[in-house]
Amino acid sequence: MEGTKREPFVRIAKRDDISKGKAFLIRVAAVLAALLVGAVIILILNHNPVEVYTDMVLGSLKSKTSRVETIKIMIPLLGCAVAITPAFKMKFWNIGAEGQLLAGAIAATYFALFHHATMSRPVLLSGMFIAGTLAGGLAGLIPALFKAKWGTNETLFTLMLNYIILGIERYLQNGPWKDPKGTGFPIIAMFDRSARLPKVFGVHIGWIIVLLLVAAMFVYLKYSKHGYEISVVGESERTARYAGMNVSKIIIRTMFVSGAIAGIIGYLTVCGADYTLNEGTAGGVGFTAIAVAWLAKLNPFTMIGFAFFLSVLSKGSNTIQTNFKIPASASGVLTGIILFAMLACEFFISYRVIFRGHKEKEEDGNDDN
Amino acid sequence: MTIINFFCAAVLASCPLLFGTLGEVLTEKSGNMNLGVEGMMYIGAAAGLGGAYYYEKAVSSPVAAVSVIIALVCAFVFASLGALIYSVITITFRANQNVTGLALTIFGVGLGNFAGEAMGNAAGGYVFVSNVTKNAFNAPLFPSLSNLPVVGKMLFSYNFLVYLSILLTVALALFMNHTRHGLNLRAVGENPAAADAAGINVMRSKYLSTVIGGGITGLGGLYIVMNSANGVGGVWVHNCVSGYGWLSVALVIFAMWNPWRSMLCAFIFGALSVMRLYIPLGIPDQIYIIFPYIATVIVLIAVSLRKKRENQPPSSLGLAYFREER
Repeated sequence: MEGTKREPFVRIAKRDDISKGKAFLIRVAAVLAALLVGAVIILILNHNPVEVYTDMVLGSLKSKTSRVETIKIMIPLLGCAVAITPAFKMKFWNIGAEGQLLAGAIAATYFALFHHATMSRPVLLSGMFIAGTLAGGLAGLIPALFKAKWGTNETLFTLMLNYIILGIERYLQNGPWKDPKGTGFPIIAMFDRSARLPKVFGVHIGWIIVLLLVAAMFVYLKYSKHGYEISVVGESERTARYAGMNVSKIIIRTMFVSGAIAGIIGYLTVCGADYTLNEGTAGGVGFTAIAVAWLAKLNPFTMIGFAFFLSVLSKGSNTIQTNFKIPASASGVLTGIILFAMLACEFFISYRVIFRGHKEKEEDGNDDN
Repeated sequence: MTIINFFCAAVLASCPLLFGTLGEVLTEKSGNMNLGVEGMMYIGAAAGLGGAYYYEKAVSSPVAAVSVIIALVCAFVFASLGALIYSVITITFRANQNVTGLALTIFGVGLGNFAGEAMGNAAGGYVFVSNVTKNAFNAPLFPSLSNLPVVGKMLFSYNFLVYLSILLTVALALFMNHTRHGLNLRAVGENPAAADAAGINVMRSKYLSTVIGGGITGLGGLYIVMNSANGVGGVWVHNCVSGYGWLSVALVIFAMWNPWRSMLCAFIFGALSVMRLYIPLGIPDQIYIIFPYIATVIVLIAVSLRKKRENQPPSSLGLAYFREER
């Protein structure tokens, strides 16, 4: 029998361990491969990939205004990535950061529109902050309650809430909160000066708050009891139960935190960046944030780098739309390809591919995506 | 008369949902939870529109039937290529299915809009197909029968894609319940290790059902772009799929992974999405529009409340299969 059975063409074996440097190199190779695929798409459109990529980088970083714009894109992106991190670590697929952000923005806007005259600026800004946090937290809490009690599918629940909250926003914008001084066009009035966040180095103070959130989330996940519980539930709910953890409570608490952070980002967006609320306030950031969080392997500090990278991509896409007539949706395409490449390359980090005839020493880090 | 018009509009609106749901049912039966339906619909929509558009450009007098076939093939093939990327990453490379599906959504939404706009730029504004193709997609398949009183309109007034989706429902139900391949596929979804031991090629089943399922969802995208309910079919509209893919993923749960129930559920949701045009309830439009999403939430909760043995998902749904780690 032994003689007739041929060794299969490829075998896959788990790696025992891989050096950090090598794993890093594989990931870098994956990102480069993705950018190469992007270059091919640019070639198909009859443009020079080097020129287009250079233009993207210059368009997002060259002048002060463009840098400010890039940072303004980065703030909600990084913030939402931090927001979904505890949920994703728990394997609770919260794809509703968008809705939670919008809920926070709506709550903050309420105070900005109707209480700016009666409150002093610090009270107003803190009131808006608290309202935004609570509203976002509540939007995260609802699907968590049902998930914890009855196992309701959280992916779809959180996603549907995005559409529902967006519908509520549209209603407010077209109805009760429509600017009475407007020219009939359904928009919400610009916030009073007292409801606007101050600027630090040319960008609204939100960037400091988001960086604080990054650090806080890192500590929360790594050094707190809650963080430990989150990772145990994420690894195995049964283990968590066996260890005497109250899984329902952990799910509900974590999702409140997750939604609350998204709510804070909503507050920052309306009070710092836009000074008003509209249906584009969230603008798809909830989805891109998932890319950021996952690319960073749920490490908040690594997220800073990836959020910056994807913000350059996003701002750069607007630039190439103007200069090369390449649609700005290119950033979504590139983000998707990079994600695919990174997801695929994880395989080569955790497994070895052994070809027929090669002896045990062979280690393969090829990446074909 | 309103009620009949409402019924017809509901059927028309349910068609893309039915394609999406059937495709995802086929996919999930193999144990793959592909959250990229929204993305695949965009890819299918852009590819189908592009195929018909470039065919029309290439010939002097386009033939409707050829244009339709090219659009169908393009939508199916390109959407299934999207599903193929997903399959390679989740089945061969064993990556997390949820994240890969979300990546496919990000990619597909980007690619669909990108292609739609790039074609529009090349055409100098918008990319749209001529009335020949548009009519072929929207005209009733049985014009003579549709003149019968009441039944004619309710049963025979639809375009061919509606009947195609119904045929597909029947075919999928027969396939899953009465053919060896279908039963094998279900075995793979329930317990891949046992199926593997019984000699079923697990990898091939998973690949085939995910890729074909993805292609079917692409037809849903094609329907949206060619037969838009707003009356502006046959042209690329930015963000045109607008959540229909996600609704389809939710409908799979509502339909309990059953093709017949998919048809019923898609109809109900189609009805909900056009209800505001036929039954005024005196509530603001913006709130009325989100009814299907609210209904989805209610259904999700209801389904999770009463757990019966027969409404459970395939037991291996969402889990990668490692042959070596059995």
